[in-house]
Amino acid sequence: MTESSGAALPSNAPQQGVSSARPVVRLTDGEWHRLHPVSPLLKGGFFLIVILGWVVANLRERIAAIFIPQYDREGNPIDYIVSHGYIIQALLIIVGVLIVLIGVFYVSWRMHTFRITDEVVEVRSGVFVRTNRKARLDRIQGINIVRPLVARLFGAAKLEINQAGHDANVNLSYLGSGAADDLRREILRLASGTHAAAAPAAATAGDTVIDRRVNEFLAPLQDTTTPPESIVKIHLGRLIGSMILGTGSTFMLLIIAGIVVWISITGNFFALVIAFPSVLGFGSYYVRRFSKSLRYSISGTPDGVRVGFGLLSTTNETLPPGRIHSVEVFQPLFWRPFGWWEVRVNRASHSRTRGADNQANTTLLPVGNIAEVTKVLELLLPDLVGEDSVAMIERGLRSRGGDDGFTNSPLRAAWLRPLSWRRNGFLVTPGSFVLRKGAVWRRFIVVPQPRLQSVAIEQGPVLRMLRLVDVHLHTVHGPIRAHLDVVDQDAAIAFFDTVATAAVAAGQRDTSHRWREGDAPA
Amino acid sequence: MKRLELPDTEWRRVSPKLVVVDLVGALVFLLATAAGAVVFWLLLDVLWLAIVLAALAICGLVNLILVPRRVRAIGYQLREDDLLFRRGIMWQRFVAVPYGRMQLVDINRGPIARGLGLSELKFVTAAASAGVTIPGLLEADADALRDHLVDVAESRRAGL
Repeated sequence: MTESSGAALPSNAPQQGVSSARPVVRLTDGEWHRLHPVSPLLKGGFFLIVILGWVVANLRERIAAIFIPQYDREGNPIDYIVSHGYIIQALLIIVGVLIVLIGVFYVSWRMHTFRITDEVVEVRSGVFVRTNRKARLDRIQGINIVRPLVARLFGAAKLEINQAGHDANVNLSYLGSGAADDLRREILRLASGTHAAAAPAAATAGDTVIDRRVNEFLAPLQDTTTPPESIVKIHLGRLIGSMILGTGSTFMLLIIAGIVVWISITGNFFALVIAFPSVLGFGSYYVRRFSKSLRYSISGTPDGVRVGFGLLSTTNETLPPGRIHSVEVFQPLFWRPFGWWEVRVNRASHSRTRGADNQANTTLLPVGNIAEVTKVLELLLPDLVGEDSVAMIERGLRSRGGDDGFTNSPLRAAWLRPLSWRRNGFLVTPGSFVLRKGAVWRRFIVVPQPRLQSVAIEQGPVLRMLRLVDVHLHTVHGPIRAHLDVVDQDAAIAFFDTVATAAVAAGQRDTSHRWREGDAPA
Repeated sequence: MKRLELPDTEWRRVSPKLVVVDLVGALVFLLATAAGAVVFWLLLDVLWLAIVLAALAICGLVNLILVPRRVRAIGYQLREDDLLFRRGIMWQRFVAVPYGRMQLVDINRGPIARGLGLSELKFVTAAASAGVTIPGLLEADADALRDHLVDVAESRRAGL
């Protein structure tokens, strides 16, 4: 894969027309561009320098002995160098090492180029092993801008273009902070198929470099041209409360209870040693969940849903329309008195940057009340709008069952679902398939019709005796499994038929891979 | 107890020769477990392991007896816009996959199936759990079906 891609270029000189990544340069003009100059440092250069410094500090006697054979490893090597007149040689060695390091960084920076055309984004990198990755724009599943703390200090950001599949992302690390925002907007514009003209590149306000940095640092979650207002605000108290009462805490309580019982029975404190790793695990779980939910924001833009979070290291992702394969609203048991819910999604791409629940950015609302959940669902599923939908979501979340629009399981299902059979039901809305289940751990699952991959019904011997059927809606892999157990047999067969027909029709109508195709030129 | 049936569905069945393939597999399992049970019981005198293996052998025997019926239960239908697939008697399963959802089609041939001229066709979508694998197709049928599926998938292409 050395220069085979060069054939597609107008000339065979790959370095021709390469320009450095700056906001003033249009990055989507189809030419090759370079990343931010501090990229090699941010991507591991600091680490290398720290390691090198540590090695030198610890082994300076030995290093001196290697270069100066007369040196007998007695006394301070620096005094020895000074007193014996080796200063010039020592300085030369240091300068040589520095030049080699800078050279390596420079070459790796220079060899790492990218370009964005109307159809594809392409990245070439590597010095000895050349890599070339090309991704189609209309297959983009999401664009993530990650700003780790150190990178933010340098005004740099990492742009992750997520594609479907395992490890299929195109990473541009790092770009200038403003350039990353501009580039994302431009890529989404190209991918959306709209004919609207490009918005002028916006510069971050501020006269000096310092001012610009400070402004970027203080407003990292905002796009400079369309500052979206978050539709949900998570208060710190609610966030902490939700973590204390969450599923993780339930497990932790069980483990603590188990240990207490164990110690009181055996009088042996050895159990504490065993428990220690799990305490560490829970600690990191809480820290991660907490830090990833701080300054959480979710908002709608013309190019999809934008989700941002993080206090020191920030992440800000745009999910274009039609990239959400299913949505689940879930309520852990102890959240019920407070009316809190969590919203998760299944999506085709698996970002390397992990989200709030140690999942691959699948938690779209860490905690929210029913009004906020409704707002988020309306954002994620544009088909669910209007009074009817609000009432349907409300029933889907809180109803105990009965005659409420859903097709619920019959009484004989109580043999298998003694608590939840009343609530266990499905519904077909104009754009989605809706499942509702669970009386203790309440779940509400929505699968957009154009995203359904296939549908299955299953029946084992016990279910056959009760004339019940399990229904599975297959979507891409993720935290949500959209299946509904113990459905009445006749209802399930009718549902199977409806779903199969509707999924085909919706799949053919769907144009979300070019979501703004119909827009008029501006 | 009535089994699950979909209304108005004409199923295309797989080749009866598949019975032989599955029988061989079941027989190998039966013989291996039975031989193991005998060895552990008579030669090594490990009674509990012999009992476990004997229980497995009995399961294998039941499995062997059910093979012909299970093969007869496998069926598929090419509808206008989707592929319908069914299998199982005790545990029945029906799947409907729109053609446009196809990511790729695999054709596999095991050693015994190849001897009998059979192929297995696997329809892969973006969802891992769909599991549409049609065994026991005649080789020519499998190739024709694959080409047909690729054709109809192309004309009904949908995104992810």
